Amino acid sequence: MKTVTFDSPTQGTISYTDKKRGLWWMSALYPLFPITGLVLHGLTGIELMLLVPMVAAYICVPLFDYLLGEDLSNPPEEVVAQLEQDRYYSRLLYLAVPLHFITFFAAVYWIVTQDLSMAGYLILAVGAGMTSGLGINTGHELGHKTDPLSRLMAKIVLAVPGYGHFCLEHNAGHHRHVATPEDTASSKMGENIYAFALREIPGGFKRAWQLEKVRLQRKGKSMWSPSNELLQSYAITAVIQISLLIAFGWMLLPFLIIHNFLAWWQLTSANYIEHYGLLREKKANGSYERCQPHHSWNSNHVFSNLLLYHLERHSDHHAHPTRHVPALRNFEDVPALPNGYFGAYLMAYCPPIWFAVMNPRLLNLQHIQGDLSKVNILPGKREAMEQKYASLVAA
Amino acid sequence: MKKYQCPDCSYIYDEAVGHEHEGYEPGTRFEDLPEDFACPACFVREKEDFVPLESDSITSDCAKNKNSVVRSLKK
Repeated sequence: MKTVTFDSPTQGTISYTDKKRGLWWMSALYPLFPITGLVLHGLTGIELMLLVPMVAAYICVPLFDYLLGEDLSNPPEEVVAQLEQDRYYSRLLYLAVPLHFITFFAAVYWIVTQDLSMAGYLILAVGAGMTSGLGINTGHELGHKTDPLSRLMAKIVLAVPGYGHFCLEHNAGHHRHVATPEDTASSKMGENIYAFALREIPGGFKRAWQLEKVRLQRKGKSMWSPSNELLQSYAITAVIQISLLIAFGWMLLPFLIIHNFLAWWQLTSANYIEHYGLLREKKANGSYERCQPHHSWNSNHVFSNLLLYHLERHSDHHAHPTRHVPALRNFEDVPALPNGYFGAYLMAYCPPIWFAVMNPRLLNLQHIQGDLSKVNILPGKREAMEQKYASLVAA
Repeated sequence: MKKYQCPDCSYIYDEAVGHEHEGYEPGTRFEDLPEDFACPACFVREKEDFVPLESDSITSDCAKNKNSVVRSLKK
């Protein structure tokens, strides 16, 4: 366990030990966990064992989040620069990149070598896709770094599920426009996750291509030049997935389609819960106020944060996107999810439950206090929301 | 040639360097950047937010921490 110290001219020596330092390995190794399903299936012959990763993600993780609770601690600001210079955290991210490929190819191996029923095939494809959704989270962390190696690693890991446009869309699109009606990756009050997916997935793709087109035009290059960073990542996807189809035939096509879609769906799920209904105020000149911590739903649940590189400390992440994993802070009085992300996903997949839990929570936020003009609300839903939540809506 | 700093992440736009990746050639003046220019590091601050630097000074607290104080890393 390492202690960082800072010699302050006014406060003396400030020491800080990241107690979770050794536990961040969980984020790096979690992508390998689905292989336990393959091993258990191999040992027992019971196909349902392939469900183990999903049971762990959607039952065990929310339960552990509930039981272990939250970690509200923050590192002293004085040592943040040192934490961010510590290469240990970056190395964990780099390590995760090949692990995503290992799990993906292990799932492919299992599909082509085992005599699976249709149910077993589907379960394995869904589980592999969820794992590659975690890969988008790995790519997310790497994509926020500014050094060329991290950016390259992001492109590579995002190639597993064919989501190479994510970094550009996320950084220059979503972060810039978050918590506004114009952002296709910010969900609106009254919008269920399935309707959101139909807006978010094509919207993100379209925005990324538009952004890349403008960037390449500034450089005097064609959209189809090798400098197109979206095409670079898609090319890796194409080589891998077309090679697999050539090698193993059409039996792999449904697997690849389900795998890719489930990975995208994981990202959609995260985007849905991260900014639901939150709205940045529009200034007199038509621009929006800068993103503040209260423009994201936050979660300090310790267990799922350790599986997701602190992604759930989303309030600080959006207010200050270049802060590194160990430096992300908790803030008081920011919008708080009732469980970690995996528990929140479960709620989101059942819209009546999501709305019942989150709409009152949204309206009761300190900066909203029932004022629907401060909510990013689905057009046409305002009247219905006023009637349904009459006791919470400000007159 | 002048320098301008992002007040959130401390990225410095140096006119002498430009930003090759984003397509701004060395020598591109800050005022010639498009009005919708966003910080190419954090993307959450825009052209109007950037702070001109008088010299090579770096203004943010974060950058001060990075550059000006003795520190140690020990086991």
